[in-house]
Formats: sequence, C-alpha cells, structure tokens
Amino acid sequence: MTNILFTNARLIDPESGIDDLGTLLVRDGRIAAEGHEVAVPDDVELVDCGGKCLAPGIVDIGVKVCEPGERHKESYKSAGLAAAAGGVTTIVTRPDTMPTIDSPETLEFVTRRAQVDAPVNVVPMAALTKGRDGREMTEIGFLMDAGAVAFTDCDHVVSNTKVFLRALTYARSCGALVMAHPQEPTLSAGAAATSGKFASLRGLPAVSPMAERMGLDRDIALIEMSGARYHADQITTARALPALERAKRNGLDITAGVSIHHLTLNELDVADYRTFFKVKPPLRSEEDRLAVVEAVKTGLIDTISSMHTPQDEESKRLPFEEAASGAVALETLLPAAMRLYHAEYLTLPDLFRAMALNPAKRLGLPVGRLTPGAPADLVLFDPDAPFILDRSTLRSKSRNTPFDGQRMQGKVLATYVAGQPVYRRA
Amino acid sequence: MTFAHRHLLGIEQLKPDDILAILDLAETYVDLNRKSDKHSDVLSGLTQINMFFENSTRTQASFELAGMRLGADVMNMSMQASSIKKGETLIDTAMTLNAMHPDLLVVRHPHSGAVDLLAQKVNCAVLNAGDGRHEHPTQALLDALTIRRAKGRLHRLNIAICGDIAHSRVARSNIMLLGKLENRLRLIGPPTLMPAQIGEFGVEVYEDMSEGLKDVDVVMMLRLQKERMDGGFIPSEREYYHRYGLDAAKLSLAKPDAIVMHPGPMNRGVEIDGTLADDINRSVIQDQVEMGVAVRMAAMELLARNQVARRMA
Repeated sequence: MTNILFTNARLIDPESGIDDLGTLLVRDGRIAAEGHEVAVPDDVELVDCGGKCLAPGIVDIGVKVCEPGERHKESYKSAGLAAAAGGVTTIVTRPDTMPTIDSPETLEFVTRRAQVDAPVNVVPMAALTKGRDGREMTEIGFLMDAGAVAFTDCDHVVSNTKVFLRALTYARSCGALVMAHPQEPTLSAGAAATSGKFASLRGLPAVSPMAERMGLDRDIALIEMSGARYHADQITTARALPALERAKRNGLDITAGVSIHHLTLNELDVADYRTFFKVKPPLRSEEDRLAVVEAVKTGLIDTISSMHTPQDEESKRLPFEEAASGAVALETLLPAAMRLYHAEYLTLPDLFRAMALNPAKRLGLPVGRLTPGAPADLVLFDPDAPFILDRSTLRSKSRNTPFDGQRMQGKVLATYVAGQPVYRRA
Repeated sequence: MTFAHRHLLGIEQLKPDDILAILDLAETYVDLNRKSDKHSDVLSGLTQINMFFENSTRTQASFELAGMRLGADVMNMSMQASSIKKGETLIDTAMTLNAMHPDLLVVRHPHSGAVDLLAQKVNCAVLNAGDGRHEHPTQALLDALTIRRAKGRLHRLNIAICGDIAHSRVARSNIMLLGKLENRLRLIGPPTLMPAQIGEFGVEVYEDMSEGLKDVDVVMMLRLQKERMDGGFIPSEREYYHRYGLDAAKLSLAKPDAIVMHPGPMNRGVEIDGTLADDINRSVIQDQVEMGVAVRMAAMELLARNQVARRMA
C-alpha cells in the first residue's frame, strides 16, 4: 500500500475546527500525522495540493441506490462513481428499494453488490417495519448482525403509534439507531408543495409546515418513553426547531439532519412547475430555509445529506402533482454546500462537521475526521472553482438534479478511500 | 394593438392591455353571434383540437362552437376514454397530436400546471381550458366582458367572489384579472375553503357573508365542488346554504343594482337560490354563457394570427 504525503494543503478538520495550511501524511490507508511539521518518510508519493482544501470525505446518510428493483435508475456502480466524483466516501443507503430491504437476505444481497461494484464505502440501513408497511417490526437483531447501521422506513411514517413505540423500544434494547421522517401523514397526504402564497398561486395541493413539527413532537414523546436512539432524517422548518432544541436539552438521544436542497433552495424555485424541484418534504419558504441554515451553524441540526433520490425522466416528465419526488445530489452536494460557504453562512469546518464528522459519529464509524489513526477517507477540492452544471455530465444513471444550468462554485479534485484514489479530476 | 403571446395559459402572464384587446375583439363577435349568419372565415383552413382530460360539457361546447363559427376544422378528444387508460403519458399524447399539425390546442386537465407542461412540447398555440386549481383564463375573460357590459366599466368596482375559493381555478384567474384592472376584491367563504395566505393577493377575506356582501357591485358565486368534498370541508350542504348560499335576503345587502354571476353548472339550493339565479333583473348567468363563445372566438383569433405569423417567419 502506497503512502502519501499531502503538502501545501488547506486542511479542514471539523473535529478540531482547524482551517489552516499544513501537511497530511497517509500511511497504510490511515492518517498518520497532520499539521505544520510532519516528518517526511522516504517511501512516499508526494501530492502538492497547491493550497487547495483537504477535508475528510463526506458521509452521506440516506442515499437511495435503486438495487434491487430499479437498477436502470441507479446501480451500486453508478452511485459509487457519482459519490467518488462528489467527494462522498461513505454512502449510507436507504432500504426503500423494490423489494424493501427488510430481511438479512436482502441486506446481504445489497452488501455483496456494493462490495463488487462501488469504489466508496457503502453502509446499509434496513427497514424498521416489514415492507415499510408500518405493521410488524423487522428482525432488527439479525439485520444488525448482517451490517445494518440504522433502521428506517424512509419517507413512510409509521402512523400506528403503538407499532412505532414497540419498534423503538425493541430497537433500544438492541442499541439500534432509528431514523424517521417527522411528518403528520394524514395532514401531508397528497401534498406537492408547502402551503403558502406560492402554492396558492400555483394551485398546488399543499401541506402546512406545521405537519413536520407535529410529527416531530409525537416522535419526541415516543423517544422519551422508549429511550431509543433517534435521528430525524430531515428537519426543514423553523417551527420544528424549538421542539428539537428542547428534546436535546432534556437529554434525549436525538439528532437531526437536513438535505442540501432544503438548505440551498426554496419553494419559489419550483417556478413554473419544474418537477426536478419536487422533493419530499417539499421545498419550504425562504424564512424556513434561513432558520434551518442557522440551526446547522449552531449545531442544533447535526447532519447535512444529499437525500440522493434517482428518478428517471419518465417519472419526472409529468404534471407536478403526478411527478415523482426526489433529486440526485451525490455529485452536487459539495458544490451546493459551497454556496453556504461563499454566502458566509457557514465555515468549511462547520460544513464538514455536518457532512462528515457528525454523521460518522452518529453511526459509530471511525471516519469523518483528520485525526491520526482514522481511515484516510479524504476529499481534495477547490472551493472557488466556478462552473455551470450540465446534468448530462453526471455519473448517476438518473439526472434529475435541480441545479442543471446553474452557476456553481467548488470542484472536487480528488477523492481517496482508505488512502487509495477513487477519483481524480481529469 | 399587439397581442404578443403564443399561448393563453393563464391570466397571470397577461398585461391589462392584452386583456382589453381580447375583450374589445370579443365585442365584435358578440354582435356576429347575434346575427342569423354567424359565420366568419378567420380560422379557415386551421385545425383546432379540444383535448379534455376532465369532464366538461359546457366549456367544451363553447370552444367547439367558437372554432366552428370562425371556420376552423374542430376535433374533440375525450381523453379519459382514450390512451391515458393505456398508460400513455401526457407528453406522449401531446407529441402524437403535435405530429398531426394542429394550429390550436384547447386543453383541460385535472392537475395544476399540466397545460403549461404540454405547451412546452408542442408547436401550436395552446389555450388553457382549466388546469387543476390553477387557472381558467377564458372563464375570467368572459366574466370580465359580462361585467363590463352590465356595469359599463371594468375598474373601481367592488366585486365579491363567494364559495369554494380553495379548489377554484375560476377564482384564481378572476382574482388576477380583476386585480390587474384595479377593482376591489372580496373573497367570501368558510376558512376551510380558503387557500393559504390568500390575503397576500391584494384581496379582502370575509368569513361572514353578510359583512362581505355589503355594497358590492358584483356577486360572483362559485360552484361547490361536490367531488372535492370528501375531506369534510363543510358540515353539510344545508348548513352551507344557510351560511354561504346566495338568496334574496343576503343579496339585499349588496348595492341595489348589483349583478349576480355563476360560472356554472349551478347547484341550486346549495350555493345559490334557484329563483334568484333565474331572475333576469339580477342574474347575468345566461349572459356569461353567451360572452363565453365570443371571448373564446377572440382569444383563438389572436393566437391564430400569431401562430400563422410565426409559421411564415
């Protein structure tokens, strides 16, 4: 295994909060030393970073790879290549495939496929209830033995509170992390937009942002009862934040994430019914967006993810209400996040805390930091390099990005997993 | 006067002058339609296809008649019955029709924005005949023409729109059109049938109908969409009629010469008293139907002119 010395690098370490020029040594796939004065061994490959940023690779919770079932939308190979090109070194996959990943057998299939085809780390999540139907819990113990790092029914809310309480209680006994989608499902049924002036103008069926807080309030009560480890997949509204803050203050084992789309876009981006901007939950008002950005800054919201959801052209080329939800984002996560950096909302250590360190910590993974001893999962990027996104260049099999044709800043130059290059910009 | 639009997708895109251009041209068609020889040749040789993805007898008949009177070749397609059931997407259907070289496509669809989507994919002029809860521009135009003829003007009027605003594309298009021409708008209805943050559209919102009707010049009633009532937006039809149905007593609060409008089809005894609807001194509901044909003739003529000019260029 080659050893690499990154010199002249702008090191971004979310754990220490460092954003400073320095040197980083990788030996045997692990970070061996970092800082200003690193002793240079003889047998190393030198990489002069030219002052560009070197940060821990992104750990992305909630990526949809469409195997099994819809490989034409995204395979482990295409998702892995997209991740590598986007600086994502660990993808944490969702179980909302066809069939659902709800048994050790389906989980093993996925793990095997990922090992063969994906150049980045793949850690799977499994469903919390069989078929994501919200009726019977899955074999949480067996699934953990098979490698599941968290349990989630994705965007299906377990609406039967008794079932959810039992699943949370059982999960707690296994030490399992449960990821849920906070939403009052009867209130949000059929909604394609967030209620407000824009949805009223466009005549779209809409849901109040309050539905998210109602879902979160219920879940918080259940965590209090069960003591479960809980992660809210996406908190996207200002009104949900005080509840989250209180729950954390009361010592509940709760964390929360947000998608990059809810941090960088708002409901007005839907404009004339552009279905590539249809995501779940729907894009929010600008006030909500700013509140959520601030919550990432303060650490109230722990993680940023891509919520990568491939959809083919056919499922998007429909009237807005009928069109499928979701956007691909593995390759655009980092450049989109740079918008928050350039707008001076968040620093680079802030961003990598939410994109790498916090998700890794929550899942108990040793990555997400530049600490000596940690696996050398790294991304080298130029935060300033401008480009106009052309979706036809994306590596995902599906190209449903809301950023097509938009001006972006921030290019990934190289990505390393365990010290091995998995992507180099041509 | 130039009407620089390729499609008629909504009132939102129109400027006040565009609206007046359609209305002025429509006036000439009102006269034509009252003659015994109602034929014109302005659309002669052109093909008009009416695609209705949602049931409609009145609007479809109105568009069909408008096209025939202008000399177009008119074809009706009832889309619920056809390829949609076979799994064809809206865009495929549009592309298929586009290949037949129509000049005017009149589209109604149950989903907001569907007509916009279709318009992006075809070469001909598209007229929105109603999309979801979004817009129904020709209805707002025919309402405007009716008001202008009854009141002698189309500005500085107090106009109340009453009923199921939330599900109504007629309401949205009318709010936009009448607002652009500087009228004072009031929306009246139970809060369960009001869209979110509708107050920000420059309208006054009333939950009490008696209060809302005070001194208005125009009372525009909306159909209570029974098919959209499964969510329990109102307790019962009879309570709705009691609180929000228009009868002589409630109308007496409006100006003595206030007119009563309804886009049809009416639910007599639900949103409007039957006798009142038939009262030729107050109700202009039949005039609305008449204006509908004229307004559609005008809109189609203006779009067809642009369409032909575009082909020549």
